[in-house]
Amino acid sequence: MRLNLTGSAFRDNFDLPNVWDVLAIPLVLGALFLTAWGSHQMIAPYHPGDLLPISLDPANLPQYAMRTTLRMAAAMVLSLLFTFTYATLAAKSARAGMVLIPILDVLQSVPILGFLSITVMGFIALFHGSMLGPEAASIFAIFTSQAWNMAFSFYHSLRMIPPELYHVSDVFQLSAWQRFWKLEVPFGLPSLTWNAMMSVSGGWFFVVASEAISVANQNIMLPGIGSYIALAIQSKNLTAIGYAIITMFLVILLYDQLIFRPLVAWSDKFKFELSESQEAPTSWVLILIQRTRVLRRLLALPAWLWETSVKLFAHFPSNPLPPIKLKITKKEGRLLDKLWAVALITVSVAATLYLARFVLSEVSYTEIGKVFLLGLATAARVFVLIILATLFWVPIGVWIGMRPGMAQRAQPLVLFLSAFPANLLFPLAVLFIATYHLNVEIWLSPLMILGTQWYILFNVIAGASAIPNDLREAANNLGLSRTQMWKRLILPGIFPAYVTGGLTASGGAWNASVVAEVVSWGSTTLTATGIGAYIAQQTQSGDHARIALGIAVMSLYVIVINHLLWKRLYKFSQERLGLE
Amino acid sequence: MVTDPHSNVLMQLHNVSKSFAAADQRGRLNVLEGVNLELRQGEIVAILGKSGCGKSTLLRIMCGLIKPTQGEVLYRGKRVTKPIPGLSMVFQTFALFPWLNVLQNVELGLEAQGIEPIERRRRALEVIDMIGLDGFESAFPKELSGGMRQRVGFARALVVNPDILLMDEAFSALDVPTSETLRTDLLDLWIEKLIPTQSILMVSHNIEEALLMADRIIIFDSNPGRLKAEITVPLKHPRDRESLAFRQFVDRIYSVMTTAIAPSEGELARIGRVGIAHRLPGVYTAQMAGLLEEIQHTQGRAELPDLAEAMHLEIDDLFPIVDALELLDFAKVAGRTITLTMHGIAFVEADILRRKEIFGEHLLKHVPLAGHIRRVLDERPLQRAPEQRFLRELEDYLSEEEAERVLSVVVDWGRYAELFAYDYNSGILSTENPGEDIVQ
Repeated sequence: MRLNLTGSAFRDNFDLPNVWDVLAIPLVLGALFLTAWGSHQMIAPYHPGDLLPISLDPANLPQYAMRTTLRMAAAMVLSLLFTFTYATLAAKSARAGMVLIPILDVLQSVPILGFLSITVMGFIALFHGSMLGPEAASIFAIFTSQAWNMAFSFYHSLRMIPPELYHVSDVFQLSAWQRFWKLEVPFGLPSLTWNAMMSVSGGWFFVVASEAISVANQNIMLPGIGSYIALAIQSKNLTAIGYAIITMFLVILLYDQLIFRPLVAWSDKFKFELSESQEAPTSWVLILIQRTRVLRRLLALPAWLWETSVKLFAHFPSNPLPPIKLKITKKEGRLLDKLWAVALITVSVAATLYLARFVLSEVSYTEIGKVFLLGLATAARVFVLIILATLFWVPIGVWIGMRPGMAQRAQPLVLFLSAFPANLLFPLAVLFIATYHLNVEIWLSPLMILGTQWYILFNVIAGASAIPNDLREAANNLGLSRTQMWKRLILPGIFPAYVTGGLTASGGAWNASVVAEVVSWGSTTLTATGIGAYIAQQTQSGDHARIALGIAVMSLYVIVINHLLWKRLYKFSQERLGLE
Repeated sequence: MVTDPHSNVLMQLHNVSKSFAAADQRGRLNVLEGVNLELRQGEIVAILGKSGCGKSTLLRIMCGLIKPTQGEVLYRGKRVTKPIPGLSMVFQTFALFPWLNVLQNVELGLEAQGIEPIERRRRALEVIDMIGLDGFESAFPKELSGGMRQRVGFARALVVNPDILLMDEAFSALDVPTSETLRTDLLDLWIEKLIPTQSILMVSHNIEEALLMADRIIIFDSNPGRLKAEITVPLKHPRDRESLAFRQFVDRIYSVMTTAIAPSEGELARIGRVGIAHRLPGVYTAQMAGLLEEIQHTQGRAELPDLAEAMHLEIDDLFPIVDALELLDFAKVAGRTITLTMHGIAFVEADILRRKEIFGEHLLKHVPLAGHIRRVLDERPLQRAPEQRFLRELEDYLSEEEAERVLSVVVDWGRYAELFAYDYNSGILSTENPGEDIVQ
């Protein structure tokens, strides 16, 4: 046995790079070079009011695409750091969890571009005289579109780890550091990867929207595809828009092939299951990496880092059992609950008073009432759009999902479509509406759901293809009519998946309203009545009190709708319609 | 107690008790009560007991995963308060890390001890060879059969050269031939002293398995878990399960397990007080009917060991059903013989509807909780009550989970007897007949 091993080690060390290496080495070196160059650009000097030179020459597009992608990557790194610390703390300490999880819940409801409106001036002041200011604001906005649901996913994974695995790591006395990387992170990895990749897909929308921002009557344009588009809109250059769409299309294709799929395929091996699943995701890039000798050599570096870190962190205490599984006994629990409620009420009353004072110093009660009505208008729009998208996509999704071969080919395509930033298409809509003099209030609305409708389709396909064949055969055997089949089998079968899709689509639509309710083409600006338009306008004029008001009202709507509608539907579907 | 460092005692348990707080402080839930136990060099000890006797909890207390409420655990004279080197454990569910391959799983414990990678690899490969996993080093757990997975579990436990090996129902998730092979292989390693392990403690609910391996068998009583009897097994390895001596041991263990310890006065008082919170065995009515029919086939009486074999039931499955039948007065157990009562015979001979009636009568008469629920429902104007009302009552005596379990058992029995109905969506118990309102 041991002889064998030394033999193979010998071969590994001295063999020449194989065919896969020839393909992979340029890929890796190229990526390294581009990252270095791009990050150098980020720290160039900048002063508020400076016009960043953006040019519509398509030769610049690869460079802009690179800058846009780098922002995305930086945000992802931050999101991961946030996830690992925040979610771990929330899961490990019952008391911290009591506070942190509700906070996360609220943060998730705040419109992402709202974060941008609030923070951009602060970041510019913070990194005074450097490009890092606006860069940081943009990266922060993307971060907010990723971090919350990644943290939620990791938190839920941590809570689901089987106690036996904790027992194993305790019986063998793994340190807290070892346990984190050997047990907790791997366990959460499949769902974390999936969530992270879905977040990145959604993030393209926000990266594009956050590059060119008008805040306090200043136009900041960070070099990137978003700014390119913004400039093309200003100068009414339809050809440039076409170029940008093609570039974005290519970028997303590369992201999909080089990052999304390899990662999802790789994380599949971490799934906590004892039998091999039928269809494991595959990726040619992953195969390339796994078959490449030189790249695998590179893995020796992380291995060395790991051994070193274990020694460094060996002294972190690891409790025999993490307290997350222990239930708080009744009496203590009730007392703590009361204390917690008191603390929460105090803090939130204080925060409300503070916010109210801030807002009321500038805004009248009538205007606050008006903003609530604006929220109602946007809510109505989102509601109608979700219903329309449901009526449209559910039959199509079921049709595709019932055909396994079709579903397998359609799902990657739908994922791809959901990643494509729909805001690139907005100018075309403006042209269309302006040309045919259509009603702005109605015809701007579809833009909100342009990018997020795919979540409904994707989930319905997944739900329909998960309906067990036995049930379908039983239904056929009993001679169910088409209507009965839908009522008794298909709709209950896809409902849990549909709710997930609907919740995501609705959240996405609210987010998109900030850019979809005010759209322009050259000097033409179309504005629909709604809270999204309100936030966008107030951001442009730099009115902080009104920005805060708009964001607070929108968050309130989202929270209330989520809790009154989606969470209830979700609970109902899990309890009643889950296929076990 | 003074421990002689040269004696061959590896581990001692002094008066170990474990209880969990129920909502009512007086009604603490005792899982283990006053357990004294010694583990000596060179012996395999098996703990046998029905489910709920706290044997797995005991194992976790021994290796420092759980702290006892009272009493202490000494390992080589030192108190165990947290997991220590020298003790390792094999789990019923294997508990392998699915993202690590066989080699990495086996190396886990060595890695935790800070052993250098090369040494780690050497020792892991050695154990992998020994346990018969050679050739599977790079396989992931999901690629392996159950038997191979548990071999990884053993290799992982043995590679750290433990003094004491704890096995928590290590063979019960495997099919019969697989567990047979694995058991034999382990015994071979043990007898030929190929492993440095000084003592093995196994928890089991399979009488034959315990008899095939152990030098000493300790039988536990349940609710609360406590020592009931100790049987020394002087048979030589390999043991022949068909031999007369072996069969006699099997019979003896059955007799011990079915003999109830006479409850003390304090306990009788407690039982009277918790009446409605009797921890009903989690058994379906169909299982009871099945066992009654089987006993009827053999002229209304049967030997428990034969019954277990005929119905392919392990003692974990058999005893709860037997308990339920005794509770409802359908059968009586004496020694290892179970006999149908006249009610049991009447039940078996009745048709479906009559069976429900008989069952309902016995449920009301012998299960205080069922009677209580029915009374509460009858007193209410609408004959309806939410489940929380009863759960809260039960939680005075039982943990939240146990209260839910007991209520779900009584709901299942009550539904069968048509004593009351339960609506899943609203969690409402009622006396109305579900579906009747639609017909009317």
